[in-house]
Amino acid sequence: MNVRDQALHEADGLSLYGERLASRILLGTAGYPSPAILADAVRASSADIVTVSLRRETAGGRVGERFIELIRGLGVKVLPNTAGCRTARDAITTAMMARELFATDWVKLEVIANDDTLQPDVFGLVEAAETLVREGFKVFPYTTEDLSVAERLQRVGCEVIMPWGSPIGTGRGLVNVAALRTLRAYFPNATLVIDAGIGAPSHASFAMELGYDAVLLNTAVAKAADPARMAAAFAAAVKAGRAAHLAGLMPERDMAVPSTPVVGTPFFDLE
Amino acid sequence: MVAQKSITVAGAGILGLWQAFTLANAGHRVRLVEAAASPFERSSSRWAAAMIAPECESEASPPIVRDMGRAGLEIWRAVYPGLAANGTLVVAAVRDRSELTRFQRVTEGSRLIHAGQLGELEPMLADRFDAALYFPGEAHMNAVDAMSWLLAEVQRLGVEVVFGEPWNGVVPGDAVIDCRGIDARHDLAELRGVRGERIVIEARDVSVSRPVRLLHPRQPIYIVPQGNGRYVLGATVIEREDDGPMTLKSALDLLGSAYAVHPAFAEASIIDMGAGVRPAFPDHVPRIVASDDGRVVRVNGAYRHGFLLAPVLAKEVADMVAHKEQQRQFVHVATA
Repeated sequence: MNVRDQALHEADGLSLYGERLASRILLGTAGYPSPAILADAVRASSADIVTVSLRRETAGGRVGERFIELIRGLGVKVLPNTAGCRTARDAITTAMMARELFATDWVKLEVIANDDTLQPDVFGLVEAAETLVREGFKVFPYTTEDLSVAERLQRVGCEVIMPWGSPIGTGRGLVNVAALRTLRAYFPNATLVIDAGIGAPSHASFAMELGYDAVLLNTAVAKAADPARMAAAFAAAVKAGRAAHLAGLMPERDMAVPSTPVVGTPFFDLE
Repeated sequence: MVAQKSITVAGAGILGLWQAFTLANAGHRVRLVEAAASPFERSSSRWAAAMIAPECESEASPPIVRDMGRAGLEIWRAVYPGLAANGTLVVAAVRDRSELTRFQRVTEGSRLIHAGQLGELEPMLADRFDAALYFPGEAHMNAVDAMSWLLAEVQRLGVEVVFGEPWNGVVPGDAVIDCRGIDARHDLAELRGVRGERIVIEARDVSVSRPVRLLHPRQPIYIVPQGNGRYVLGATVIEREDDGPMTLKSALDLLGSAYAVHPAFAEASIIDMGAGVRPAFPDHVPRIVASDDGRVVRVNGAYRHGFLLAPVLAKEVADMVAHKEQQRQFVHVATA
């Protein structure tokens, strides 16, 4: 990193509910071959935040304390999620339990409409978000790219909005780019995070180029043949995409434009 | 000739049974003590599907587990007459075809076969899947049958087997090999329990002769034939140290997946459902931990691979007891 990069990096931290963070990657902790490989991947990604699913682990109030110790031992901020919750009430209960377990008021809110597509239930989402914000939570809602839903979420107190790129675990990248551009343009000051569907570092880079503030990913790293190496690839891609956004991307043009003027160039037909 | 030693093995799960068997075969005087009053009652091994599948398991395991597993498979082949060595099939629904590609990319030793070839191996599955991965070298067994066989063998070899006697922490004789699984969690700082649920069904209308793994982005499952029309459906992986009854969600997932493999499973009888706790270290690699000048040796953390790795772990410990350090191939021995 040269001096200018350093300056850029330092001036360009991410702010989530007032907390300053250096990394623009939020990494999920599900599906890794082992906790040891997860720890390697977290380090390689340079993520400052990991998400942890608790729905199944906390069923009946019993949870593996050594697993919790392992997660705490990663040394990064934990964002518990409500993955697998199908109703607002279910998500609220899970969030409450997670708050106690991890002593955090942050929660990644997922209310899932159906198990096949893992499509967010946006009605339950807004309902749960409203209750949780009232209960003092800082809510990170997993939603679609729908603008009116994002507006509702903001209205009930979500400072961060997390639209999907494509459905969870599909790795298809950003499928509705036009709507994601609109969302970014419509909420210039909100913190927008692409959550779900990121399959390749190029997808993450593209999200950053569009001006999104961060990306949240899991499967692309967890299911890579070498998760730590893939995590490092994502870290580089996110950095590149963010720098490109700040640098200002050139607009696309319909016609070719030579980078060197042709008229008046001596010997331009030498080859 | 090895000097005969007097050794106590604590815990009669798959690790303890193999340990007692291996040490007795090496000529040592062995006592096997088990806390449970009757065989296998409290052992997580009895919940195992007992696949000896080093290649398939390497999908989510480090290379050392695969290498140890390959050696384990060879020992099972040489020793156990009840081994069914007819390979593994890995299948996926058409829409999850990419899972098959990924699985093949991260494993070795498989062949992509098409419906016709699949039909020759498992006629019932030919019209269910248009492709499968075939791992011809792998094997499986019935867990409780194999444990019963090992128990009978160690008794035949003169091992004194005592049920209803938890190890009290003292070392009578020359050494104690601690194979207590999750019960040793207070002696092994990083050991944790990972819940796994499985269902045993009896399906008279279904005939599948080898383990079938159904890949799915969220819930991969396996169906392992146990003989007499019985099949084990497994297994969940939940970060919870809890062996309480199976949850409805897990039952739905496992039963639904069996139905997806073949609708004829719909009329199967559910024989048994339950959960065990697998002991695991953070890297999911087992460890041999020696303390007390080698008088206490703890073997633990086999995770999902107790049957796969038990013969190799037992051999490593036996070589260690006999001070044949140079013969140990795999496990780094830590000193507590």
